[in-house]
Amino acid sequence: MYVYRPHDKQLLSERVAQFRDQTRRYLDGQLSNDEFLPLRLQNGLYIQRYAPMLRVSVPYGMLSSTQLRMLGRIAREWDKGYAHVSTRQNIQYNWPDLEDVPDILAALAEVEMHAIQTSGNCIRNVTTDEFAGINAAEIEDPRPWCEIIRQWATFNPEFAYLPRKFKIAVNAVPDADPALIGVHDIGVQVVHRDGETGFRVLAGGGLGRTPMVGEVIGDFVPWPHLLSYLEAILRVYNKYGNRDNKYKARIKILVKALGAEKFRALTEAEFAELKDGPMTLTADEVDTMRGHFSTPAYDTALGQRPAALEEALASNKAFNRWFHTNVTAHRQPGYAAVTLTLKKTGRAPGDITDEELDAVADLAETYSFAEARTTHQQNIVLGDVRQDQLFPLWEKLDALGFATPNLKLLTDMIACPGGDFCSLANAKSIPIAEAIQRHFDDMDYLHDLGPIDVNISGCMNACGHHHIGHIGILGVDKKGREYYQITLGGRGDKVSKIGEKLGPSFDADQVVPVIARLVDLYVEQRKPDELFVDTYERLGIEPFKERAYATDH
Amino acid sequence: MPQIIKDGVIVDDTWQRLDAEALAALQALPDGPVIVPLAYWQAHRESLKARGDVGVCLEPGEEPAALADDFAALPLVAINFPAFKDGRGYSYARELRTRYGFKGEVRAVGDVLRDQLFYMQRVGFNAFVIRADRDIHDALNGLRDFSVTYQGDVNDPRPIYRRH
Repeated sequence: MYVYRPHDKQLLSERVAQFRDQTRRYLDGQLSNDEFLPLRLQNGLYIQRYAPMLRVSVPYGMLSSTQLRMLGRIAREWDKGYAHVSTRQNIQYNWPDLEDVPDILAALAEVEMHAIQTSGNCIRNVTTDEFAGINAAEIEDPRPWCEIIRQWATFNPEFAYLPRKFKIAVNAVPDADPALIGVHDIGVQVVHRDGETGFRVLAGGGLGRTPMVGEVIGDFVPWPHLLSYLEAILRVYNKYGNRDNKYKARIKILVKALGAEKFRALTEAEFAELKDGPMTLTADEVDTMRGHFSTPAYDTALGQRPAALEEALASNKAFNRWFHTNVTAHRQPGYAAVTLTLKKTGRAPGDITDEELDAVADLAETYSFAEARTTHQQNIVLGDVRQDQLFPLWEKLDALGFATPNLKLLTDMIACPGGDFCSLANAKSIPIAEAIQRHFDDMDYLHDLGPIDVNISGCMNACGHHHIGHIGILGVDKKGREYYQITLGGRGDKVSKIGEKLGPSFDADQVVPVIARLVDLYVEQRKPDELFVDTYERLGIEPFKERAYATDH
Repeated sequence: MPQIIKDGVIVDDTWQRLDAEALAALQALPDGPVIVPLAYWQAHRESLKARGDVGVCLEPGEEPAALADDFAALPLVAINFPAFKDGRGYSYARELRTRYGFKGEVRAVGDVLRDQLFYMQRVGFNAFVIRADRDIHDALNGLRDFSVTYQGDVNDPRPIYRRH
């Protein structure tokens, strides 16, 4: 992963000092609430329902064991003993005191971490596939491009006061969208053409109130021009994005209003000026970045499926089941990627305690070159595990409660913190997630159903990505009461696709029975090996609507 | 005389900024350096150019392109921030410097506060009229928040990996 050089450290220490002074001036009354707001947001600090919420940046989800231990220490010393993995792969704390935040930032800086631009109307943390660099299907490692973008975006003076937040994702897997680039403000697809690396650049995707899939703006941007092209798009957005209405301020609204053609023409005009200028990347610079993401010291003598693994698979049914759900193929023979599911029933999806963070740090050291990754599904990945070590690792994960074999299954839900924590929320998310987990507690049945993405958001801001869930659940408020609207057919798997609304919303206690009925219909109608979402696409919404609202069930 | 921050130091401000309302109330433009709105400039362009001590103030939504033919005659372009959160002026300043090569004074006016100054100087502002209720000496510190920057800017277009 990217290792800081002296200037990166210097920047962070100056940032800590700057924020310490801003916090002091705010507490002294020299800065008004309004003036402090964008300053604290660009340092990841929200004022939430019960306490501030601090969002720590995890660039492309990569974490070292040292960093995991520091995250655990922060949870212990300044929070209530736990942290939360967000859908942007960041780590959130729900209970810090404002006065302590400068000290927390100083502690983070010790381990090359920060909360810069994790919120606010600026360019947010760049994300990518959680299996970046180890995914056999990718054409190259996208992380060096992410780091190049991160450095360009960090404290970029021109783009710190954009009309709205701005999210960029990079994907290097062809014909699939594991980084969800289709629903980002800018999506960057790494492509190879005639032996040259370039980028297909999408703009104007996003979830929230008006969900949209992005339009292709740059069909093939040669790699030296990546930053110039991004800067051109950002400048068009900064100049012409709507600032009168925050609900119409995202770039997706601008792209839609102008049309992709006009937006592309404006971008090209800016790009014409920037192209071949000082932002042009050189091969040396890209190679240097690639050097930061060098291959770990794999044992290259290993073969696939060693005897130890085969024996364990044959003799232990629980291990076998976990292997087939939570273990992902790896580009390096003899290795595998392991997903630790943070989806234990009774625990908010994505929550992890200080002790568990320490335990993951230990396991990463023993089994995975001291590195872990967070995922947008709110889980944690150990990316480089020897296949002959999978069984002993599983035993330890099982003891810790991280081996629930439900990855991608109905109970591996994405859920925002909802009304229990978030002051924006209209409804609770966590109790809905828990009710679903309690109802669908038969692991055989879940495995029989196969992958079903259930995504829950407590409000229109869509932090739980409900629009791209095969089954999406959106909390809405009607005259002070909480209701839940269901969408079906969204996808964040092979492609990004926005789900359709099923119909009128349901009471909280109806959500589980409705989902059960939808799932029953799928079981009755599916073809062999057909996923829930594929059956939905084949049948259309009508039969699902009929079943969901049927009164004789 | 009111003071501003210019080229990193606090100096007396010799310019008088007149908005449309103030101009409408006047019989003639006063003597001495004045800053006028874009519309006024456009309406009296030739005579104002000849004076040589008239600057133009751009509002959000008024791009530097509107002055493309006038830069040689302009000693100063001000960019107004009615609210500090409106970031359009950052792109305008950058365009003034890099697209049009404007060498005169680029002045930030309006809701101009200490915590925005570091960014503002990097996109090409060299003069700042600090909001009247704030301490200009304190604001001056805002220009020195960081000694390190990742990306290039108007003052040094090289990204950090090309500066070592």
